Amino acid sequence: MAKAEASAQRPLSPHLTIFRPYVNMMMSIMHRITGAANYFGTLLIVFWLVSAAAGQESFAFANDVAGSIPGLLVLFGLTWSLIHHALGGIRHFIWDTGYGFDIPTVRLLSWSTIIGSLVLTTLLWAMIAPGLGVFNG
Amino acid sequence: MADFRTPLSRVKGLGSARDGTDHFWAQRVTAIANLFMLAFLIYTAISLAGQPLSEVRDYFSSPIVAGLAVLFVLAASYHMRIGMQVIVEDYVHSHGSKTILLLLNTFFCAAVGLISVVAILKLNFGA
Repeated sequence: MAKAEASAQRPLSPHLTIFRPYVNMMMSIMHRITGAANYFGTLLIVFWLVSAAAGQESFAFANDVAGSIPGLLVLFGLTWSLIHHALGGIRHFIWDTGYGFDIPTVRLLSWSTIIGSLVLTTLLWAMIAPGLGVFNG
Repeated sequence: MADFRTPLSRVKGLGSARDGTDHFWAQRVTAIANLFMLAFLIYTAISLAGQPLSEVRDYFSSPIVAGLAVLFVLAASYHMRIGMQVIVEDYVHSHGSKTILLLLNTFFCAAVGLISVVAILKLNFGA
C-alpha cells in the first residue's frame, strides 16, 4: 500500500500564527495544557499516597517535600490546573447540549473559566494554608 | 448518490475508526466522575492538610472513603489515557513514534491508577 505523505507544497489553512488571540481560543489551548499538566501532576498524588501507605518515615518525607516552598508552589499550580480543567470541562458540557454558541455567551463562558479558576484556587488555599501552618510559621 | 456502506456497517455505526462514538462518550462519562473526584479531592485536602499519619489512616479506614477514592482514581486514569491519546494523535504523525507513545501512555495511566489503588487499599486495611 502506498504511504500517504503530506506534501509541503499544499496550502495550509490559516491558524495560530494568523489570528489575533481571543479568549475562547486561549481557553481552548489552556484546557489542553492543563489536561497534560494534570496528567503528570497525578505523579504527585501517587507519591503522597504511596508515602502514606509505606509508613511514618516516608510520610514525613513526603510532607517535608510538599511543605517546602517549591513544593507548595507546584501544589498551588496543580490545584489551579485541576480547577481550570474542571471548569473548562463544565464549559464543554454546556456546549455539548448545543447551547451557548453565540459570541457573547462564548466570551462569558471563557472569561468565567479563567477568572473562576483563579478565584476558586485562591479561596481553597486560603482554607488549606492555616492547617499547613504556612501563615503562622 | 450511491451508498457504498454495507448494511452491517450501517447497523454497527462504528465508522472508519472502528470505535464509533465510544471515545467521545467515555471522555464525558469519566469527566463527570472527575468533577465528583475533584470535590472529593478538595474535601480530602482540607481534612488532611497538616494532619499526622494516624489521621490519614483513620480517614482512609472508612470503606466508603476508600471505595470512592478507588473509583475516582480509576475514572481519572481512564480519562487521562484517552485524553493524552488525542494529544498524541494530534501532534505525532510518524507511525512508529505514535505507536510507542500510545503504548507508553497506556502503561503510564495503568501504573498511576493501579499503584494508587494498592496504596489506598493498604491505608484502608491498616498499613
